[in-house]
Order: sequence, then C-alpha cells, then structure tokens
Amino acid sequence: MKHQLAQFSYRYGALIFIGLVLIFFSVYNTHFLTYNNITDILRSISIVTFVAIGITISLTVDGFDLSAGSTVSLTTVVSAAMMVWYQMPLIVVIIVPIILGILVGLLNSLLIVKIRIPDLLATLAVMYIISGIHRTYTKGYAIYNNMQFQDGTKAPGTMLDSFLWIGQGRLLGIPFPVILMILAVIGMHLFFKYTRGGRQMIMTGSNEEAARLSGLRVNRIRTLAYVASGIFAAIGGILFAARVGSGQVDAGSSMQMDALAAVFVGYSVFGAGRPNVIGTFFGAVLMGILVNGMTMLNVQYYATDIIKGAVLVLALAVTFVHRARQKV
Amino acid sequence: MSNSAASTRGSLQMTGIFKSFANVPALQDVAFQVNSGEIHALLGANGAGKSTLMKILSGAYSADQGSITIDGQPVVIDSPAAAKRAGIQCVYQEVDTSLIPQLSVAENIVLHRITASGGSPILNWKSLYSEAEDILKRLGFAIDARKQVSELSLAEKQLVLIARVMAEKARFVILDEPTAPLSIEEAERLFTIMQELKAQGIGVIFISHRLPEIFRVCDRITVMRDGKRVSTLPTPETNASEVVHSMLGRAFEEEYPKVFAEIGEPLLTVSHLAAGRHVQDVSLEVCSGEIVAVVGLVGAGKTELSKLLFGAEAAERGTIELNGKRVRARTPQQAIKAGIVLVPEERRKEGILVKESVLHNLSLPMLQKITSLGIISGRSERKHGDGLIGALGIKTASDRQLTGYLSGGNQQKVAIGKWMETNADLYILDEPTKGVDIGAKRDIFKVIGGLAQQGKGILYLTCEFEEALGLADRILVMCDGRIIKSFAYGAASHQDLLYYASAGREELV
Repeated sequence: MKHQLAQFSYRYGALIFIGLVLIFFSVYNTHFLTYNNITDILRSISIVTFVAIGITISLTVDGFDLSAGSTVSLTTVVSAAMMVWYQMPLIVVIIVPIILGILVGLLNSLLIVKIRIPDLLATLAVMYIISGIHRTYTKGYAIYNNMQFQDGTKAPGTMLDSFLWIGQGRLLGIPFPVILMILAVIGMHLFFKYTRGGRQMIMTGSNEEAARLSGLRVNRIRTLAYVASGIFAAIGGILFAARVGSGQVDAGSSMQMDALAAVFVGYSVFGAGRPNVIGTFFGAVLMGILVNGMTMLNVQYYATDIIKGAVLVLALAVTFVHRARQKV
Repeated sequence: MSNSAASTRGSLQMTGIFKSFANVPALQDVAFQVNSGEIHALLGANGAGKSTLMKILSGAYSADQGSITIDGQPVVIDSPAAAKRAGIQCVYQEVDTSLIPQLSVAENIVLHRITASGGSPILNWKSLYSEAEDILKRLGFAIDARKQVSELSLAEKQLVLIARVMAEKARFVILDEPTAPLSIEEAERLFTIMQELKAQGIGVIFISHRLPEIFRVCDRITVMRDGKRVSTLPTPETNASEVVHSMLGRAFEEEYPKVFAEIGEPLLTVSHLAAGRHVQDVSLEVCSGEIVAVVGLVGAGKTELSKLLFGAEAAERGTIELNGKRVRARTPQQAIKAGIVLVPEERRKEGILVKESVLHNLSLPMLQKITSLGIISGRSERKHGDGLIGALGIKTASDRQLTGYLSGGNQQKVAIGKWMETNADLYILDEPTKGVDIGAKRDIFKVIGGLAQQGKGILYLTCEFEEALGLADRILVMCDGRIIKSFAYGAASHQDLLYYASAGREELV
C-alpha cells in the first residue's frame, strides 16, 4: 500500500503539482485561467521549450549542452543582421542561423566525441566562444530597424513583416510559436518513441559501451545529437528575434538555465527518471505558470527565482530519491 | 576440536540465521562456526548464500533472525563498525572499493587512526608510518609504505588490505575470493600469510571456488547450497567430488550436458594476431559446429583477444578470416556485419543495458530488420523479443521489465539472446557464466550447444577450467598472450589445464 502510494506519487506527482499550482493561481486571480492568459503562458515558454528540447536530446545521449543559450544569442543577432544589415530574403534569414546552429553542434561533437573532452567542460568553453563571437559581431549593440552605426550612417534594412509573423502572428487564434512548439514536442516525442534513430540515441545514452558492442555507431549518434541540439537552439534564436523584433545581445543567456531547469523538472514527469521531451514540455509549462502567476500576484520579479529554484529542488529530490531506492 | 569447550572459547558462532530479500529467502536457518586459529573454507555455487552470510557477519546486512556469539557471548552486529569492534574484518574481493588510491600504503593500512573519532585531531605522521612499517615487516610484505596505493598491483593492494586487518587487531578475518585475481606465485604467498594468521590465533574464513587450494590450506569445509548449510566437515574427512556433489546437489557429468554437434568446415581462421602486451601471437581455428574453449588465468589475454576479434580494439598484426574471407573489422559494427558477435565479460557494463527493458535489449542489434522508413514496428519487435524470451527461458515479469532487475543468469541469456537472430556465424563468449547461478548456467550451456548444432562456431573464453572440460570439443590454453597448448575433448584434466595456464612452459611437454 505504502509502496503503491510512493509509486503513484512518483509517476503523477509532477502533474498533480502543476494542477495544484493552477488551482492556486486561479483562485487568487480570476484573470489567470482565461484563454488569453493561457496562450500568453504558452507563448512565453515556447522559445525556452525549443532550447530545452535541444538540451534534452544532448542529455539523452548522456551528453550535456551548456552552449545552447549562447547559440540562441548568436542566432538572434545574426537573423536580425541578415535583415537589417544585409536585406536578405526570408529564406536566407532563416537558413543562415540554422546552419550556424549545425556548426556549433559539430564543434561541440568535435571536442566531445573526437577529442574526448568531457561534455560539460567542452560546451562550457564553446559557450564562451559563441557568446564572445556574437558580442564581437554586434560590437555589443542591439540590432534594430535602420539602426545607426558608430560612423553615423544608418543600416539599410528593417525586420521583415513575414519574419516578425513567425514570432508574433496567430493561426486560428493560436500564437504561431505555440503551434511550432507543440509540433516540435509531439514530433520529437514520436521520434524517440518510434524511430530507430531515437531508440539508438536512448541506447547510446543508457550505456555507450554496451551500445557500441551491440553494433551501434555511437560516435555518429552522439554527433547527430549535438547537431540537433544546435538546430533547436537556433530555432529558439530565430523565434526570439521574431518575437521582440530586434536582435538583442545576450538574449539567450538566461534561457540556458531556464531550459535546463525545465529539462530536469521533466525528469520527474510520469516518473520517467531520464530526459524526455514530454517531461521537458511540462517542466517548461510549470515554470511558465509560476512566473506568470506570481507576476499576477505582484510577487517581486526577483523573488520568482527563489520559487523556481525550490521547484527544481523538489523535482530533482523526487527523481533522485526514487533512483537511489531502485538501484539497477 | 569437537568438544564444547573449543566451540565456545575462541570461537565465533552464527546460529539460526534467516535473511530474505523482497520475500525471496536468501538464507534459511544457517549455522556457521569458526574457531580461533582455524582456516575454514566456505563453499557454494553462486547464489548459494555465502556472500549474504558473510555480509551479515561483517555488518553490511542485518539478519532477519538468528544470533551471533563470540566466545559464547552474544554480540550485536548491526553495522560494519560494530563488526570491527567485535574483531571481525573482511577483505572483499573488490579491493579497490576498500582502498583510497590517492593515499599512501601506510595511510591505508592505519586508516582507522585517521578516520577514528576521539584522540588527537593532529596526525602524527612519524608514528603512523612506523606503525604501518612494523605491520608490513611482521607480515613479511615487501611494499614501500610511502608508495601511493594507486601505483600498486592488484596483488599488492590485497596485501595492503590484509595488513590493515592486522592493524585493526582482528580476531576473525573473512577473505572473499582473494585468489581469484592472483597469479600462482602470488596465491602461494597469500597461503603462507594465511598460515601465519592462523598461527597467531586468528580465525580465517576463506571463500574460494578453487577446490585444490581449499584442500591444501583449509582445516574445515562448510558447503552451502540454495541458502542452506549442507555440510561442515574436517578437510581430511571429505574429498573434492563429494564437495562438488554437495555444492551442486548432483554430479559433475549432469552439470555439463555435452553436445556433440557435427563439426564442419573451418569457419574462423586467426593467424598471428597481436596487439600490445596482452595478445602477443595468437593463431587458432574454429570450425562450424565446434565449441572451442580458450582457457587461461585472469590476465592471460582472453578478454583482449575477444575484443580484437570483434573489432572493438585494433590489432597490430595478424589476420582474421571468416568463411575464407578476410575480415578487417575496425569497429564492432563491421564485425557484426561480417558475422562475428561477442558476448562480453563485463555483462552489466558491456553486454546489456541495465536501465533498458528486456525487449529493447533484445531488439538492439536487430533494429535495422524491424524498422521501415526509420520507424520501428512495435509488433515485430514484440514478436521477435517475446519469441526469444520463450526460447531461452528468460525469467522476467514482462518484456518491459528493466534488464538490470533480472538475475545474473537471465541477464546473460539476454546478452546472448540478442544475437540469436542476427545470422552470425561465430559466437565469442567471454566468461559467460560469471556471476550466473547454477540453474541458469545449465540453460546457457544448452543454448550454446544448440548454437553448435545449428552449425555456428563457438569460441568460449573462460577461466573456469571445469566448464571448458565439460563443454568444449577442443581446449586451447592461453598464457601471457599466447596459445600454448591444445587438448581434444576428454584429453585434459583440470591439473593439466592449470599447469599450462600458470606455468606456461611448452618445452616441458
């Protein structure tokens, strides 16, 4: 009985907690559970969710990606620069950041898979390099419509309307980034559950040596995971630029940690105990709800981090206490 | 020894010990007694309960029922610290778990002075080193007390642990398979030390699988089977075949159901294969339907050989041919494609994925076959997996069970089973019965026999000579990276194999 209760709370505790938080906020503020507010929450988490999916993939192969946040920063300013500085068409504006994401992923896997630097350290170094590049590239200034350069001349271009729609538009009343996010979550969930590539990534992360001795090409699989992580971070960067309508410097630095928090909260969803895309999504949702609800309750902005941290501790405690008991 | 005075004075007694794990009884009404100044062997197949019993004695587990007395006085052993206070010390087989590699030999020997609470908080290095050196000298160990433990060999590490036991003034010492990783000379030295401990009035409990050494050094032998004590006899009153019979509950021949398959054309031909120190020059041949055992002591190079053949490590010289075609596998993936598969020694680390389900483990090498357009067909995966679970008799609650929760034998069946439908020609099995209980062992032997009957070639690497003698059509003895002797089925004895595996002197033939 006691055992069953523990099992139940381990599996559904995270979802029940999200439900309780929802009830709490909707009791205290009647505006909380409205359609507009819910879409607001989802839109606010959509970018972080993309970054978090990328990190989930790298964690799935038992890696780590600290460079995702800086990749967001880089791709945000580059996509803005493509329009404002070079007046490129939409397709280029989207393709170039994604190529950059792939390159970051390849750089990470070169360091981790080939040179065999531990993932945490390699991506830490890459994080510094990428954020240095993006600040050097922009000389530390945000990129906005017809911005003024230091020599007094003006930038030729403006942000494309079609581009801005990606971040601000609605389809059937649903914000477009939310639609993209839901598609990405479902798509990646199906990828991990039903495809050979997904299964191979999970197996590689579960035990690389056993996977290798079973005939998997583990180096290739890990490389692909880091590249995927880079691509998802790049999509996050594009969405960010489209959402705010400019290329903000250091846009992604806070996102790295928020995304990580979402991923680790996700470990506890459905008692997965491992990185999983659905969990990551609910982790991001929980964080979004908390920030939104506390803002409505006029909790001081800085204090929300205390709550976020506490929730993360709670989720991790549930996961790791369980793991310690069920030592395989 | 048989009077009651000896059994209470200077003796440690365990009576009526019961222990269960998750309602599965591991020990049932076990009694065990060891005297001061005695070397007492504790024998049993894997899963017989001897390690559980010793873990209770050393405080790692607590018994559900039963009592422990020393010199007739009841003692409560509820933690490793309590066991040490009672004078019971254990040298575990995995020496590295008990040593701190960054510290010196001396610090490791007198570790209790560093970890103990009370006393001066400042370490007196001079007395610490002199105490450790005294103990080393008394035991006659030639180890530099100032050397860092991480630089020591496995045998030396074990000596450090024995020295620690002396430093902590043990009255009863448990040696858990201490000779398994040792060379013959090192083992000899250990036996001398054991005699010395005995002479000092220490009661030694000796766990080993090697019968010859048990009969040489032990005063009494206790045999356990299925969580119960079967017998305790003075060594002169019993013999090896009787002991084996009580360990297994049946005779040797029943243990190894030898299959004579039709031996066909040469399948695998290895010539002058070499890589590093461990594989110096290996040539061998395996025919279809043939079970070839490669026996050797730990460190002979068997595992390295298996990794070379499987492409998991790179060969420096030599050629490998399968079905007359040259195999140049530089990754396991290429070897599998060529038709060579490996069941590796380190089952939990290399053979299976403990955190994944039985089903996913079984389908791992088969993913290509059960996917179309990159999508895994759940139906064929289940059909394939459940078929193997049935065919191999894998005991699991469901195919979704995490493989790590299965018993060692069933994990091994998964590790072998995943290759069964890959159309491999050559199966390399590296110590496939390590940590496998006796029932599952026979199942595994049957599976191997079945593979031979299908015309597969089997290369069976083991340091369990009995298995090689019981199963193989041909036995190759490996020593220091070379194959030095070959025996046909029935042509070799245990002693022959041990002789060649340890001495490795070809010219004495």
